[in-house]
Amino acid sequence: MSSGLVNIAYLVAASLFIFGLKGLSHPRTAVRGNQLGALGMLLAIVITLVDQSIIGYEIIIAGVVIGGAIGAILAVRIQMTSMPELVALFNGFGGLASILVAGAALLEVPYLVGSGSVALNAQFSLSIFASGLIGAVTFWGSLVAFGKLQGKVNDGAVRYPADQLVKILLAIIALVFAYLMVVYPDSSTPYWLMVAVASVLGILFVIPIGGADMPVVVALLNSFSGLAAAATGFVLFNTVLIVAGTLVGASGIILTIIMCKAMNRSLTNVLFGTFTVTEGGPSADEVYGGKVKSTSAEEVAMLLEGAKRVCVVPGYGMAVAQAQHAVRELFDLLEGNGTVVEFGVHPVAGRMPGHMNVLLAEADIPYERLKDMDEINPSFKQIDVTIVIGANDVVNPVARTDPDSPIAGMPILDVDYSKTVIVIKRSLSPGFAGIPNPLFAADNALMLFGDGKKAVEDMVKSLKDELG
Amino acid sequence: MDSFAMVFTIFVLAAFIGFEVIAKVPPTLHTPLMSGSNAISGIILIGALLSAGAQHTWLTAGLGFVAVVLATINVVGGFMVTNRMLEMFKRKD
Repeated sequence: MSSGLVNIAYLVAASLFIFGLKGLSHPRTAVRGNQLGALGMLLAIVITLVDQSIIGYEIIIAGVVIGGAIGAILAVRIQMTSMPELVALFNGFGGLASILVAGAALLEVPYLVGSGSVALNAQFSLSIFASGLIGAVTFWGSLVAFGKLQGKVNDGAVRYPADQLVKILLAIIALVFAYLMVVYPDSSTPYWLMVAVASVLGILFVIPIGGADMPVVVALLNSFSGLAAAATGFVLFNTVLIVAGTLVGASGIILTIIMCKAMNRSLTNVLFGTFTVTEGGPSADEVYGGKVKSTSAEEVAMLLEGAKRVCVVPGYGMAVAQAQHAVRELFDLLEGNGTVVEFGVHPVAGRMPGHMNVLLAEADIPYERLKDMDEINPSFKQIDVTIVIGANDVVNPVARTDPDSPIAGMPILDVDYSKTVIVIKRSLSPGFAGIPNPLFAADNALMLFGDGKKAVEDMVKSLKDELG
Repeated sequence: MDSFAMVFTIFVLAAFIGFEVIAKVPPTLHTPLMSGSNAISGIILIGALLSAGAQHTWLTAGLGFVAVVLATINVVGGFMVTNRMLEMFKRKD
């Protein structure tokens, strides 16, 4: 097949990716959008397979069968609560694939140059360098993120002396290898040494970032996995790799920016900053002393029975407790009793962008009831009961009131404006920011201590009794 | 225009399109967006197929093979799990 025809087919595939992503702008068109994207991928693969430089299909078939089976099993078996882990893992696989493809291209230099498909110049070497560097940082960074999300790696902010200096030093060493790659363009040694250095850099890059900042990291690594593919596109002069990789790169960067804005922090601060727990703020005893009111599921059921408008604010605790199906039961009961139930979702609630929305969708909550922060905030004054499940910092009014607080200026859900706030939480322990939350001691707040799922189930039971 | 300038132009224009299109995705669909873009970044499979299929040396074929496995996991797993999630967002009447 002529290369002109191949390139036209790649253009069609790239267009299908764009239409596919466009479809994701509404839940109604999203399924079709995803299918268009898959169609584009199929087209790109088929066109590549008829390429004349492919002489044997055995290895390809074996690889596709094995990879396809693993991918399908993961996609079917994964629990919705574990989506952040799966996305982190996929990001990592994309990064590793880029390292390998760029490494293979380097070994193929004698053939590629012979056939005139690439020129052995600085651009070629630097593109290979970029694929390996971004790929290695993505792969190892994603593995660390995966470990943190699984709780197998310390999910706190791990710091050590001179940590920034070590990273800068490693980056400089990687650049030295980039120089060597340009000077010795047909040698593989500097490339693989650079990949080793970038691997350490990837690990050190994510290790200091704490669990609650994972939405930013997962989004950023998502972007990197796309950019690594785009860089490999520069190596192979392959347009569909460049376009598709760049689309993913752009997507990840947009999500990263949204997450940072939702925490009122800069990207630099999330990645390199020390999220300092400020000294001198009010202590937990000062904030809570004698003012925290504990409640029971029965009392909450009575409040809910008379409520006209209820808002549920889910946080990471809802995912941990797998409480989404119990929440759905509560939703049905209340709606059946004539109460309007909405969900207020903070952009950084959970461990990845949109984490809560997926869990609630899994539990069959209609998406029209999922309100984002700007949509729900003006309504809190009209809401009779707000139920906070496993969220803390994103509902801490200190962000509004105390300019010296570490979360000062962070946009929050104004749940304290509603008539009554029920907070379901195991204890009064602080969230990621490490500060007490005056909401728990507010006059209109009641604490329901316990496991999120159990607490909601108890509420459902009491409410059923109540409604007879 | 030399060939590098050409592919660089494609890169920059694709970035602009990406920003325009993705800025319109609502927060509710951000997780499917991430898994769906995982699948799209599986496009690296194209490069992997070429290495695995050209079989210039055993080493390049081996690297290509592993890359084909990894990229196929991304493509198949990514599109399937995204589909599974998006079906849940469909209105059930």
